[in-house]
Amino acid sequence: MDIDWAALGQVFGVSLVATVGLVGLFTLGIVGHAPRRTQDTASSGSAAAAASPAGSAGRVSQASPVARAGGYLCYALCLVAVAYGIYLIAA
Amino acid sequence: MEHITLLIGIVIITALVFDFTNGFHDTANAMATTISTGALTPRIAVAMSAGLNLVGAFLSIEVAKTISSGIIDEGSGVQPEVIFAGLVGAIIWNLLTWLAGLPSSSSHALMGGLMGATIAAVGTGAVNGDVVVMKVLIPALAAPLVAGIASLCATRLTYRLARHAQEEQTAKGYRAGQITSAALVSLAHGTNDAQKTMGVITLALVTGGALAPGSDPPVWVIASAGMAIALGTYLGGWRIIRTMGKGITDIQPPQGFAAQTSAAATILASSHIGFSLSTTHVCSGAVMGSGLGRKGGVVRWSTAGRMVVGWALTLPAAGLVAAGAALLAEQGDWGVTAVAVLTVAICGAIWLRSRREPVDHTNVNDVRPAGAPVPAQAAAGEAPEPAGVVTTALQAVAPAPAGTGEVSAAPALSGTAGPEERPGERPGEQGAHAAPGRPASASASSVS
Repeated sequence: MDIDWAALGQVFGVSLVATVGLVGLFTLGIVGHAPRRTQDTASSGSAAAAASPAGSAGRVSQASPVARAGGYLCYALCLVAVAYGIYLIAA
Repeated sequence: MEHITLLIGIVIITALVFDFTNGFHDTANAMATTISTGALTPRIAVAMSAGLNLVGAFLSIEVAKTISSGIIDEGSGVQPEVIFAGLVGAIIWNLLTWLAGLPSSSSHALMGGLMGATIAAVGTGAVNGDVVVMKVLIPALAAPLVAGIASLCATRLTYRLARHAQEEQTAKGYRAGQITSAALVSLAHGTNDAQKTMGVITLALVTGGALAPGSDPPVWVIASAGMAIALGTYLGGWRIIRTMGKGITDIQPPQGFAAQTSAAATILASSHIGFSLSTTHVCSGAVMGSGLGRKGGVVRWSTAGRMVVGWALTLPAAGLVAAGAALLAEQGDWGVTAVAVLTVAICGAIWLRSRREPVDHTNVNDVRPAGAPVPAQAAAGEAPEPAGVVTTALQAVAPAPAGTGEVSAAPALSGTAGPEERPGERPGEQGAHAAPGRPASASASSVS
């Protein structure tokens, strides 16, 4: 019996890093583009992404140019990853 | 010669039918989360997946040299009857699991079928036991774990990063992300799985002397395999989509995104590194992981347990059917005919059975309390409609973890903490409890 632990470990490591990295990157892109709420953030701060339909938003302002640019950078990196994925499928 | 040609023709048609059930069965892998979170409407989701499967079939011409991944000693010459019987076993098992709404691996069904047919026809000597462990058992255990852990971490991360953002602002982004990941999974599926069929047909043609050994599959083989898998994908195994998208856990857009990305990354990483994992196992594991990753998320372990039992049964069950078919087919022309007629009859019976409680694109997202159409007739009798309405209403109204996070998370987490330990160690027992576990799963869904 010859179990290829190295390959299994590699698959695990690569999958974990790629998934967490891409999801993190893409979420940063989303957050970068989302307008900021200038108040009332503390009240729901501890919870995860608020799904409240009641829209408890305070004043909403546009995302800053820097944040937007950062968001685009994140999206671009994700696109590169997708292109690499397609390349892997075709290769 | 005439006889061989007819047999080869039957093998080709059977291979295409298997390809069709493969697409049909695996739509859920790519599209279940996308459909259940509403990122795409059911019709559009399956159409997109079908198109990408077709494209995927043409994307790579590297043919799987060994159709059984080395499990069977193919050097000694595989008889067309054996291939035929193996395909029949795989098709029937695929349809049975579809009827039960269980996502199970089509590749395992094909391997099991070929193994069973070979054992019946040649004997156990032609099957490589070590390879079975290496290619089937270990990946089956590893796939859900790898994808599940990746998906769990990613879900935690994305909720944490986006915790200050409003849902309306992030919805579009998550939607795009989900669709992209699902598209990658579809594409990879078309490339991998359509090639298996091409390999089978090419092997049959070579055996019959229509092609020179070692030649590439002709264009019509590639095209027909791609069309068959795309058609199957388009018709959609809605029962399995329902189980994957709604039965295991209630998926929010961020979870769907994390799960689908984890599935795509794991599938690509594993096939690139050469430790192939089953798409079905990867996707199921990813969905479970995302269910554990959200605060207040509940994984219905009874459904998960049934799935694990289904996975464990896939190889032996497809093998048994195939072995029977092989014994019959070896009797000569009448045997092959009998197997073909029986297969058509069984498929028809399964289809008729499914019409009693149809699941299609219109009701794929309607959840029954058990969340699972598994013992279909029982669910219809026991599960009262109002409960379904209440559950749905709760899901629609409940502001996921938001303000009530502190309160609802505690019972929900303690609810999952216990059973969480179990399925990994004793999958069999979980499955045995599947039926009595249903009330529990109903109450679990109302907690969320």
